[in-house]
Amino acid sequence: MAEGKALSFQDLILTLHAYWGKQGCVILQPYDMEVGAGTFHPATTLRALGPKPWNAAYVQPSRRPTDGRYGENPNRLQHYYQYQVIMKPSPANLQDLYLGSLMEIGIDPLVHDIRFVEDDWESPTLGAWGLGWEVWCDGMEVSQFTYFQQMGGYDCKPVAGELTYGLERLAMYIQGVDSVYNLKFNDAGVTYGDVFLDNEKQMSKWNFEVADTEKLFRWFKDCQAEWRQCIDNGVPLAAFEQAIKASHTFNLLQARGVISVQERASYMGQVRDMAKGSCEAWMESNGWTA
Amino acid sequence: MTDFLLELRCEEIPARMQLKASDDLARLFTEELAKSGLTPGAIDSFVTPRRLALIARDLPLETAAVSEEHKGPRTSAPPQALEGFLRKTGLTQDQLEDRDGVWFAVVNKPGRATADVLAQAIPAIIRAFPWPKSMRWGIASQTTESLRWVRPLQGIVAILGEDLISCEVDGIQSGYATLGHRFHHSGEITIGGASDYAEKLRACHVIVSHQERQSIIAEKSAQAAAAHGYTVVEDKGLIAENAGLTEWPVPLLGDFDSAFLEVPPEVIQLTLRINQKYFVLRDGEGKLAPAFICTANIEAKDGGAAIIAGNRKVLAARLSDARFFWEQDRKTRLEDHAKKLKRITFHEKLGTVADKVERVAKLARWLVEEGIVTPTTTVTPAKAGVSGGSVPTPEMPASAGMTKDRLADLAEQAARLCKADLVTEMVGEFPELQGVMGGYYARAEGLPDAVADAIRDHYKPVGQGDDVPTAPVTVAVSLADKLDTIFAFLSVDLAPTGSKDPFALRRSMIAGIAVLEFNNLRVHINQIILHWVSITFQQMSSDFQDATEQNRKNIALNQEITQLFSLIEIQKLTMVRDKIASVLEPKGGDAGRFQKWNELLQRGRNDEFIELRYKVLMFAGDRLKVQQKEAGVRHDLIDAVFALGGEDDLVRLLARVHALQSFVATDDGANLLAGYKRAANILKKEAPAQPTTVIPAKAGTHLPTEQPDTAATMDSRLRGNDGPLSYTPEIAEAALIAALDVAEPRTAQAVAAEDFEGAMAALATLRAPIDAFFESVTVNDPDADKRAARLALLARVRDAVHSVADFSKITG
Repeated sequence: MAEGKALSFQDLILTLHAYWGKQGCVILQPYDMEVGAGTFHPATTLRALGPKPWNAAYVQPSRRPTDGRYGENPNRLQHYYQYQVIMKPSPANLQDLYLGSLMEIGIDPLVHDIRFVEDDWESPTLGAWGLGWEVWCDGMEVSQFTYFQQMGGYDCKPVAGELTYGLERLAMYIQGVDSVYNLKFNDAGVTYGDVFLDNEKQMSKWNFEVADTEKLFRWFKDCQAEWRQCIDNGVPLAAFEQAIKASHTFNLLQARGVISVQERASYMGQVRDMAKGSCEAWMESNGWTA
Repeated sequence: MTDFLLELRCEEIPARMQLKASDDLARLFTEELAKSGLTPGAIDSFVTPRRLALIARDLPLETAAVSEEHKGPRTSAPPQALEGFLRKTGLTQDQLEDRDGVWFAVVNKPGRATADVLAQAIPAIIRAFPWPKSMRWGIASQTTESLRWVRPLQGIVAILGEDLISCEVDGIQSGYATLGHRFHHSGEITIGGASDYAEKLRACHVIVSHQERQSIIAEKSAQAAAAHGYTVVEDKGLIAENAGLTEWPVPLLGDFDSAFLEVPPEVIQLTLRINQKYFVLRDGEGKLAPAFICTANIEAKDGGAAIIAGNRKVLAARLSDARFFWEQDRKTRLEDHAKKLKRITFHEKLGTVADKVERVAKLARWLVEEGIVTPTTTVTPAKAGVSGGSVPTPEMPASAGMTKDRLADLAEQAARLCKADLVTEMVGEFPELQGVMGGYYARAEGLPDAVADAIRDHYKPVGQGDDVPTAPVTVAVSLADKLDTIFAFLSVDLAPTGSKDPFALRRSMIAGIAVLEFNNLRVHINQIILHWVSITFQQMSSDFQDATEQNRKNIALNQEITQLFSLIEIQKLTMVRDKIASVLEPKGGDAGRFQKWNELLQRGRNDEFIELRYKVLMFAGDRLKVQQKEAGVRHDLIDAVFALGGEDDLVRLLARVHALQSFVATDDGANLLAGYKRAANILKKEAPAQPTTVIPAKAGTHLPTEQPDTAATMDSRLRGNDGPLSYTPEIAEAALIAALDVAEPRTAQAVAAEDFEGAMAALATLRAPIDAFFESVTVNDPDADKRAARLALLARVRDAVHSVADFSKITG
């Protein structure tokens, strides 16, 4: 689109921060651990549980080792950014607030075709599901919009609304570029490629070729053991971190191609048990019941 | 009389749910009003992504007054009885009527205002609404008891005439106000009532009628296409889906780089339709055009230029991906792709897809070697009608003159490659293209057309109306694949149950029957099963060899087992299994491998392999019955043929059913049936102990595998009846004997020649003699000899008829 002066990648983030800050959201910084999606941030997973109101927005680097393409694919990255908003209970005007944010970053809904297309969300790993949409802008999915119904196997009381923007994709659209690496990161001549291309090349190599699988298998076991310790000692937040670590370690093992189809289900089950167990302990430690 | 408007406004309703929801609203509304005796004149339904609405015409303003009369106790009854009656009716004694010494209470219920009925009905409808998936939201969701709706419900408009029907559901209060188009109109709109609803919304860029939006999309996309010399590929489902995604549909045409057209058209079409919900276009020559139509939801300020540009870009990225897959996949030969099938589990109890492919390849070759599938299969037009498929162009030229050996080689080759595309990038992205992509890749690497066609078409027929394969290589692979799936799952007891058929075995069976019937393939299912079992055992044997070779030990054991397998005959299975088990147990070895082995042996020990024949035939029989019923064949006729039992040639079985269907529709058929029934009834009454040729043990439930020896039974009877009678038969009696003497051998010959029409024609000659016999001859003669001879004669009639079908199963 690129009409007028399009926002740089960092200004896109700053604009969203300012906008959601004004809507009463706590502006958080990214969680300092490897996660596959913004939903894994405890500010979403754990805060979606229980009765307390909670409004937050943050950028979350998301790591998906198997999506790495050594920096050669213009759309696929093993490390990219999600912008995540969670509002609990879901406000009655959440759709309008979301559309307001699109206008704020320069998308005019009378020039661009914005659509809410059915997309139900489910994360077996988190024992979570919700109903909502993927939001289309001129045929491109730019966000996911979900009303959480369950998290960690528990009914959400009250329901939280979750918005996830794919930042690179949105920025590419706003700036009218065809490769993520050509994105203007700022207005001083720095591109996304300047910042991340080497990272994509090296991390793709590590994810697919270098990572020591024996260590990874051991880490997975260590996370499980440590998780158990955390649960036994009543620190569910620490337990959840071990679940996050185990989940990412599993993703790395997948990228290394050392987990067979049959084993895959079993590993996923173990991660799910850790995530759900953490949620359960978190509920208990707060004195909340199902 | 007045009209009522109801609008339930919410956040975007999934497109696929809208039409059903619209019907459900009309139904629930009608039912709810009927409880109060109200019937609307007509109901108009509307649905958009953001609203579900209806207008009920000509509602009376009040329900009818009702007078109810209750009978009470006698006036002479004790006072307690009267008190109880007063309590029940809520009346006082002076309000009761004394009619001939009995108390009567007359309760007049005045009519209720329709407005009150509606105010109660609306919340009830909302709470009971049957959404396929519903959710909670907002502050109210602090409890799980809060209102559920498909997406957050935001507003209720309920107006009777011009009056607001005041009601409330979970904090949502009804009113006159609604919203227009999400982007074209800001602020609330006040609706006056049913009369201005649709027009007021239209003025605010909302077309409330789903049907009208569909028409707009169809017409405007056709116009846009025509302006570029293209036509739109008809797709009603996609029109409805786009009507469900828009309140103000605006079809816009965009193009894409024609260089993408090198990618197979199926891929481009799926990308357009499934991923982007675009309409596919064709050029003047009927070829895929490098253009698409998307349906926007706004009348854009710039005429849609930005929307088209955006959509082009998204599409280009998707098509680039598709082209990348297309190029990438072709860098690897199918046979190398096929090697990766070892990594894909077919089913945890049934090994990998590679194992399956191995069986299918062997079975496909065998089908050719046995002469079941020949280089010139014949498709008869009559069969085409039965299976419901269109008659495909005969592919004779491709295979005519092909030797059996060549056909067997091609069938095996195609079978070995038929699942290879499952591991390609393209099929990973578009699972719908399995088979189709394999066909393209096979052609691209220069494999014979017959092989590429077989890979492409071996899943066919998929559902009713789909083409049934006729090319011999395809027929061999298609049939082998379907039969292997059926046999494999039934062999581990994973038959469909009730409505659950997770492995689509019913569909496989129906499709397999269609391939057999359409191509007139004559085959005994029992024979195929035997061969499949031996293939499976070979597979186990080599599996076992792998295990031992990997361990580089037990060479002697390995040889012993191999020898055992070479000897396998189905009847000796148990013995062989036991032997294997006995030598295996003390040796141990690779734990995982042997565990699998032991499971297989366990499975064998339970005689499941031997039982497999029964299971398959039973399953095939069930499917055939369902298929024939759906094709309009009377189920009693199907039962009549199935009751004969012993038939595992499905083509012959169906020929018999069809001949019977034609026959009973004729006068001769109907009369013969009447005569048969009379004979059978007399026999049942007079000679109940007499055995019949129909073996009831398995009849009707499944096809027994052993042929009941009908011929032998009949022979002995005939001999018994051929002896001279001890009396002079009456004229009609003699005539019937003479007629049977002619008809019996004719019928038998015709049946042997599989000429079932001929067999029935022969039986039809019995009709007049039977009628005459019953007219003038007394069966139950006081003379015991006569009685016995005449009963025997009737038994001959019955048995003759049974050689074609068990007429006792036929009703009417």
